[in-house]
Amino acid sequence: MHANEVPERSAPLFEGRHKAVYVVDEHGRYLIAKSGGTEAEVSVTEEAVSWFARLAAEARERARRGETSPLEVHMYRQRMDLPTLAQATGFWRWQVRRHLRPAGFARLSARGLARYAEALGLSLAQLQSLD
Amino acid sequence: MSALLRHEGVPLSEAMVFGLSASLSFAYIPLIKINQLPLIAYRMVPRFILNGVKKKLRLPLRFETFRSPIDGRRRLDELLDQGRVVGLQSSVFFLPYFPANMRFHFNAHNLIAYGREDDEYLVSDPVFDEPTRCRASDLQRARFVRGALAPKGLLYYFDGPVPPVNLAPLLPAAIRKNCFLMLHVPLPFVGCRGIRLLARRVRRLPEKRDPEFTRRFVGHIVRMQEEIGTGGAGFRFLYAAFLQEAAVLLGKPALQDLSLQLTTIGDEWREFALHAARINKGRDAIDLPLLHRLLTDLAKKERALFGALRRAV
Repeated sequence: MHANEVPERSAPLFEGRHKAVYVVDEHGRYLIAKSGGTEAEVSVTEEAVSWFARLAAEARERARRGETSPLEVHMYRQRMDLPTLAQATGFWRWQVRRHLRPAGFARLSARGLARYAEALGLSLAQLQSLD
Repeated sequence: MSALLRHEGVPLSEAMVFGLSASLSFAYIPLIKINQLPLIAYRMVPRFILNGVKKKLRLPLRFETFRSPIDGRRRLDELLDQGRVVGLQSSVFFLPYFPANMRFHFNAHNLIAYGREDDEYLVSDPVFDEPTRCRASDLQRARFVRGALAPKGLLYYFDGPVPPVNLAPLLPAAIRKNCFLMLHVPLPFVGCRGIRLLARRVRRLPEKRDPEFTRRFVGHIVRMQEEIGTGGAGFRFLYAAFLQEAAVLLGKPALQDLSLQLTTIGDEWREFALHAARINKGRDAIDLPLLHRLLTDLAKKERALFGALRRAV
């Protein structure tokens, strides 16, 4: 990448920050420049974010109807999926699957809830509510 | 690592550390999944990089991990109060200075802590261009998340004087090692072979049956290439910067030419990324033959480049 190709303006995604990138100047020498985010990296990151947001929104609808537990909503809101959540909490995947169901979630002990809250970076109250 | 060395009066650039540790790579590992999508790596894991430099330069680098987060924090504070610069491994998700929409669950991220004030740590993160501050409780959580590649509070620092560094004699072997990693590892998912394997996988994506998965897969490659990590284009630019330094230190202008060639290859990775990103967003129609062709071409070019590089040293 050439120094004059570096996007200067910080993309909304970057919230005012810049990434350090290695570029060449007009003599072909490498230097470190500040990038506000190229089209490709911004675009795929935004897509990844909206993928999770969509899943979270769908889960929230199902949770409101009592078809799934708040855990699923928060899992996607925190950009995790089932394997990631299982690894982060130390629960087996079949256990997480059970806790994703309303009945299973309701039967979670305080310690179990605390484990999920900790892994998700939420308070107990947040974990148990749909918002 | 570069910052740690500079602090000890050994001004090695990030590019030099990367090159010395022969860390440029490629691996497409379908068995390891991240959000249902395969792991694609463009460099070796940080521990490999650090160990590589440690051995080559005979550095008094000490690694410590902790079962108890409290011990981990106490140790970090202790070392910082001694005026040391400390490297840390952490998750990206819980680092507050990462823009909110860039926080994903990646646990093999490395950063440097160089001081602390009140309730905050002063940190330097390789992804960003400026040092920043991080609240202690946040860093604590980031250092001790559980999961894949869990950091376990890993920290590293120099616990002795750094021996004087004579780089030139070390470079040829380091370069040859990296060429080996890209050309001759007898595994189909590593190096240039891995790029071709990925190309074939891309061509076989279920674009009719499952266009959403196809688009996600394609976008995922770009994220692995550009999101975390230094410099862009899957670290190719960083390695090209290293080759430039090596050319001067070894007095070999051929390395400078190869550096420029690698820069061009890096630009092609970026071109691939742009097409893939537009397909991912749905802005362009899915065009798997195009992506396949770009990747196959990259595999060929990298094979030629690393072959020439090996012969040049």
